[in-house]
Amino acid sequence: MKKFDTQVQYLKYKVLREVARKAWNDTLYDKLLDIPKIIIPGPEPTTRCCIYKERAIVEERMKLAMGGNPNNPNVIEVINIACDECPVAGYEITDVCRGCLAHRCQDACKKDAIYFDHNQKAHIDKTKCVECGKCSEACPYGAIANFKRPCEKACKVKAISMSETKAAQIDNSKCIACGACVYQCPFGAIMDKSYILNVIDLIKKSQNNEKYKVYAVVAPSISSQFIHAKLGQVISGIKELGFFTVVEAALGADMVAYKESKELTEKGFLTSSCCPAFVMYIKKSFPKLVGHISHNLSPAAEIAKYIKETDPTSKVIFIGPCTAKKAEFLQEEQKKYIDSVLTFEELQALFDSKDLDIYSLSEDVLDNASYYGRIFARSGGLSDAVKQALKEQGLAEFELKPVVCNGIEQCKMALLKVGKVDIGNFIEGMACVGGCIGGAGCLTHGEKNKDEVDKYGMEAYEKTISSAISMIKNINN
Amino acid sequence: MKIQICIGSSCHLKDSRELIELFQKSIKENNLENQVALMGSFCMGKCSNDGVSVRFDEGEVCSITKENFYKNFYEKVIKRV
Repeated sequence: MKKFDTQVQYLKYKVLREVARKAWNDTLYDKLLDIPKIIIPGPEPTTRCCIYKERAIVEERMKLAMGGNPNNPNVIEVINIACDECPVAGYEITDVCRGCLAHRCQDACKKDAIYFDHNQKAHIDKTKCVECGKCSEACPYGAIANFKRPCEKACKVKAISMSETKAAQIDNSKCIACGACVYQCPFGAIMDKSYILNVIDLIKKSQNNEKYKVYAVVAPSISSQFIHAKLGQVISGIKELGFFTVVEAALGADMVAYKESKELTEKGFLTSSCCPAFVMYIKKSFPKLVGHISHNLSPAAEIAKYIKETDPTSKVIFIGPCTAKKAEFLQEEQKKYIDSVLTFEELQALFDSKDLDIYSLSEDVLDNASYYGRIFARSGGLSDAVKQALKEQGLAEFELKPVVCNGIEQCKMALLKVGKVDIGNFIEGMACVGGCIGGAGCLTHGEKNKDEVDKYGMEAYEKTISSAISMIKNINN
Repeated sequence: MKIQICIGSSCHLKDSRELIELFQKSIKENNLENQVALMGSFCMGKCSNDGVSVRFDEGEVCSITKENFYKNFYEKVIKRV
């Protein structure tokens, strides 16, 4: 049964699982050195030159599984020895070049960087080339390939470059922790820090939820994950791990949609606040636009805040598809509400660290939010929810002109236009393509994920945002 | 008096929303707004009860349905405040 998209995720998962397994038994520090051998038993290497390098890399993954480098403020880290130092050649003419007569590549090149040898075969003068890719587009044989590193190609905010030792390095002043590089690196050399030990500790110290209660706030994108089990079984599994109960982050999304639509009518122009990577992108790369960011908390923080109002000693752990959420919860404002963050990958590792067979569990229920809160998980859902919230609050005369930005590249295009051209009045920014269902912490990414989210939305007991949040509004905590 | 009503998934599906509306209405009709505070909870650990979990002050968790609501409201709220 396929649990992950790639072997890289599988390896990362095995490390997380073994670290967690030992943490539950309080044997982590005694058995730490056994883990590399459990994961790489040998004697033959499978991915690298020898088992010793493979084990050394596992040790680095263990460090990240145990929280990573405390001196690095970024939640995304490069594992230097795992970086295969991919060539950084950029655009190159391959053997496919036929030495044709047309020389469209030369015509397309605005920098005069293409020249030909005596066989009419093209070459690129690297001192002139600016890596624009026009030649590649022009070649009718597809003979010009881009050998850019996958991590650099994945990083649309251009935070990744090559260090002096040729390993990848992350510019923290640009990185938005979206995790695209984590998911795209074919060698698994970039990884998100994990807080599983923190979560296990919170659960254990709760002493079966008697000292305090541990709540799981689950993102609606869970509907596209754990596809071989029923959602209700996953909820039972989360409770089996020791969580007191599970609440939908989508209820926070309903609350946010309600407030954000009102804020929009007051301010006239807003950029959304629910995707932490998008918010971080504005703060880091478009500081002049910070004033336009919606003042609402993210849906997870909004519902966590409410949970803490109903139960002040509670601990709230967000479970979702997002690596940027890990950066978000470390910020002062969010720390008050969210105590830790897990990805779906890490949730799978926690299930298996306790040998929990979720497929054999009975189905529990999860139903707090409306259709609109649930569809926040996919691109366009937030705008649909804001439109609905305007209608439900009698503010439909306000003309919503949403700009749905699907992926950080589209976000960039929209942000560049703000204040220059009239693009609309509500920028819905999602750093991951597809929205949260494209998150780097997802187990699997599939074409049907959007349909799964919509289906899950339709199943919600509450059909309107107002009815979902009326319970909260009608209670005076 | 503090009335804590469960709004977690299981009770939500047993229509805790409607029950909250009933509580609000009855509190208003009996002019108890200043004496009774409605509070929420995301789980009281009694998900298998037939009705919605409700706790009056620090008492036991009760199972309240639309059918037994008025009887309970009279005994647990009106008689006590």
